[in-house]
Formats: sequence, C-alpha cells, structure tokens
Amino acid sequence: MNGAFDLRIGESHIEVHKFRTGAILISALLALVIQAWFPLHFTRASLLDLPLLVTIYFGLSRRNPSTGLLLGTVIGLMQDSLTPTVPLGLYGIAKTIIGYLASSIGARLDTEHPAARFALTAGFFIVHQAVVALTRRILLAQPEPWFNLHLFGAALLNGIIAVFLFLLLDRLRRQS
Amino acid sequence: MAAIPSRHKSLVLLAGVILLQVLLLAMQIKRDSQGRLIRTWTVGAVSPFERAGSYVFGSFRDTWRNYFALRGTKKDNDDLRRENDALKLRVAQLEGKAAEADRLAGLLHFRQSQTDVPMVAARVIGGGASTASQTIELGRGEHDGIRKNMGVITPDGVVGKVIETYPNTAQVLLLTDRESGVGAMLADSRTQYPVGGVGEPLISLKYVPNDDDVSVGARVVTSGMDKIFPRDLPVGTVTEIKPGNPFKQIRIKPAANLERLEEVLVLLTLHPLKQSDSTSAQPATPAAANSAPPQVPNP
Repeated sequence: MNGAFDLRIGESHIEVHKFRTGAILISALLALVIQAWFPLHFTRASLLDLPLLVTIYFGLSRRNPSTGLLLGTVIGLMQDSLTPTVPLGLYGIAKTIIGYLASSIGARLDTEHPAARFALTAGFFIVHQAVVALTRRILLAQPEPWFNLHLFGAALLNGIIAVFLFLLLDRLRRQS
Repeated sequence: MAAIPSRHKSLVLLAGVILLQVLLLAMQIKRDSQGRLIRTWTVGAVSPFERAGSYVFGSFRDTWRNYFALRGTKKDNDDLRRENDALKLRVAQLEGKAAEADRLAGLLHFRQSQTDVPMVAARVIGGGASTASQTIELGRGEHDGIRKNMGVITPDGVVGKVIETYPNTAQVLLLTDRESGVGAMLADSRTQYPVGGVGEPLISLKYVPNDDDVSVGARVVTSGMDKIFPRDLPVGTVTEIKPGNPFKQIRIKPAANLERLEEVLVLLTLHPLKQSDSTSAQPATPAAANSAPPQVPNP
C-alpha cells in the first residue's frame, strides 16, 4: 500500500486494521477526558471534538458498519453523560450516524492519505453538526444554526488536527 | 421468519440504535406546555388508533341503536300515535266542554242578574234551510212556554224573535234577516230609530236624517218600543255611516255573535214589558219588571 490516496473499488483490496488490546477503549476514554478538561483551560479548544475524531478514525479503520455505529453510540452517549446540560442521546445519535458512515466509507475507500483524512474529517464534522442541529431543532425545540463561518473554521481545524491525530493513532495498530 | 440480508443488518442496527436514543431523548425532554416529549409522542402515536377505534365502535353502536335496537320502535310509535290521537280528541272534547261551560256560566249569570224577566235558555239545534232567510232552530218549543213573537237574546245582545213554534222546537228570525226589525235608540243621545236586517252580517239603522249627529262607534240599544225586548239591551255598534237621500245609510255590527250561536235565552212574555224610568244608556239592563221563576236550561 503506498502512501497516496488510493481509490480502489472492492472490499477485497482494502485492508481491515486491527488494534492492540484496549486501544480503542483507552483512546475513546482519553479523548473524552481531554475533551472535558481541555476547554476549561483553552477556550479555543472548544472548537475541537476529539470524541468525534476518535469515532471517525476507528470507523474508517475497522471498516465494519455495525462496529462503527456501536462505537459511535458508546462514545456519543458517554460524551452526553459528561455534559450535564445536554440530554442523553444528542451526541449519541450524531456519533452513531458518523460511526456508521465512516465505517461504510472506509469499507469502500482507502483513507490512509492525509488529504483524504482531512477532507473526510471536515465533511463528517459538518454532517455531525447538521445532525446535532436537526436533533436540537426538532426534538429539543432549541435554536441551533445549521452552519456558519465559525463552524466552518471548526471543521477545518478538526480536519487538520485529525491528520496528525490519526497518524498518532496509527501507531496503535497491530502489525499484521 | 425471513432472514435479513447481511448488507442490511448494519442498517437495521443503525435504525434500531438511533430509535433507542431518540426514545431516550424523548423521555428526558420536557416541553413546557405538553409535558415530557415521550408522553406527547406516545399520545400522538396512540390517539389515531384510539380515534379510529372510537369511530368504528361508535359506528357499530349507532348502527345497533339506530337500526337493530329499533325493532320494537314501530309498534311503540304506533301505540304512541294512537295514544296521541286519543289525547288530542280528549283535549278537543275538554276544550269544547270548557267553552260550553263558559257560555252556560254567562247565560246563568245573565239570568241571575235579570231575575225579574222570565226567560228560558235554549240550545240552538239547527239553522235555516234557505240562504235567503236568516233563521235558527231552537231545541225548546211550546212545551217550554215559547210562543210566537217572543224575543230571543244572548248575554251579548239581541238575537231576533220567534217566528214559529212547535211542541219541542221553535224557529227564530235573526236580526240580520231582511224581514227582521227591532225598536232601538242611540245609547248616548237616546234618539230612537228602527233597526232592521238587510240580509248581510251587518244590520241597518234606518230613517236617520242627515242632520242627526251619529258617529262611528256609537252604541245602539233596544228602545223597548217594539214591546218585545226590554229597554237598553245591546243591539250593536255603528261601524259605517254614508250620507243618503233623504236618510243616512248607517250600518251596525250586531252585539251578539249571530254567526256562532249555540245557546240563547228566550224572553217568556208576550205582554208589553214594563218600561223602567231609567234613561241610562247602560247596556244589557233589561227594564222589564215581569218576574217568573227561572227555568232550568236544556241539558
């Protein structure tokens, strides 16, 4: 596998990565802890959504929609649990969908190239925000912007962070 | 049970997980006006079925009530209709008896106030056979003391006079007949004029010179000069005055309702009635002094 964005149709050509024991669980917990702690000291850090990035990464890597959506569900519900002002399920629904989409796309595309990771992460961030906004508007009857410049900047930032974070997470892969 | 294709399993799982979380959200969310969202959704989801069930049940119930449960209604309806008819007939009979009682009470009251005038009450049992003559037939006759030329009245006023008698019946010429006449006078001015019928519902005050002052609404009473009726019995009211040559044409509406007579009083005397000294214009005050025991009216 070369380092370029390799588009190949057919799942037989795409490698399904396995990770060290407990790597997914520890990564998810660490992302949640940092997400809860970091914005307390760095206001701009609230633009980051580390649990989302972890969900996207493992979804793209595992390439199993069922596993991806369940991982998104767990991470999203835990994120909801750590946010007292948010009802359980708000981020859970959004990350369930992202987990499903990421693993579905990961099963069809080779997403190892940084540009692909950046674009996919930015796109998933926008979709994630759209689902959150839809849920807030319909279920919670709360005003939530669909998208604005601030969110666009956040999407780009998360895309950039994802490129480096995913390289870091790649080290947790079990060598085949 | 059909197996779900493997490529759809993840979609089913996705839908299930999202649905569970939506329900989880709904259980937590509490809208100000509608309570918890899960309750709102549950009500919204169940109410159409409840409404449909209610509609179906209501349709069955209405069908049962409006059709099957009405099997005995026709018989009940027929019974009630018969009962209603019987009650209507009963009401009509009672109304007739009440009206008759009122009339008889009026006659009795009039007779009690005129104890010095011998009279007998008689029921009208028929009318004249000819349209050219205005007559009625009474259910009393010679056996009851009724004789030809006796006066006939009601508490309202003059009716006419007896023209034929039979053992048990008598014929009366009404005031409206062309051949009929009665001595009369204006109640206010006491000026005397004869009154006669013209074959119409209204009678005529005759021989009133154009110079005499008579106004519409003036009351006309008996003068007693005809020796049949006592003075001051109501004859009628002036309703129409036309100038004529040489006399005015004056029409009077009879005081007695001559078109709906059912009971009348016959003055039982052929002798000239004694005139009272009163010159009062008060109506229905017979001045005759002949007394006789009151007779029982016809049953």
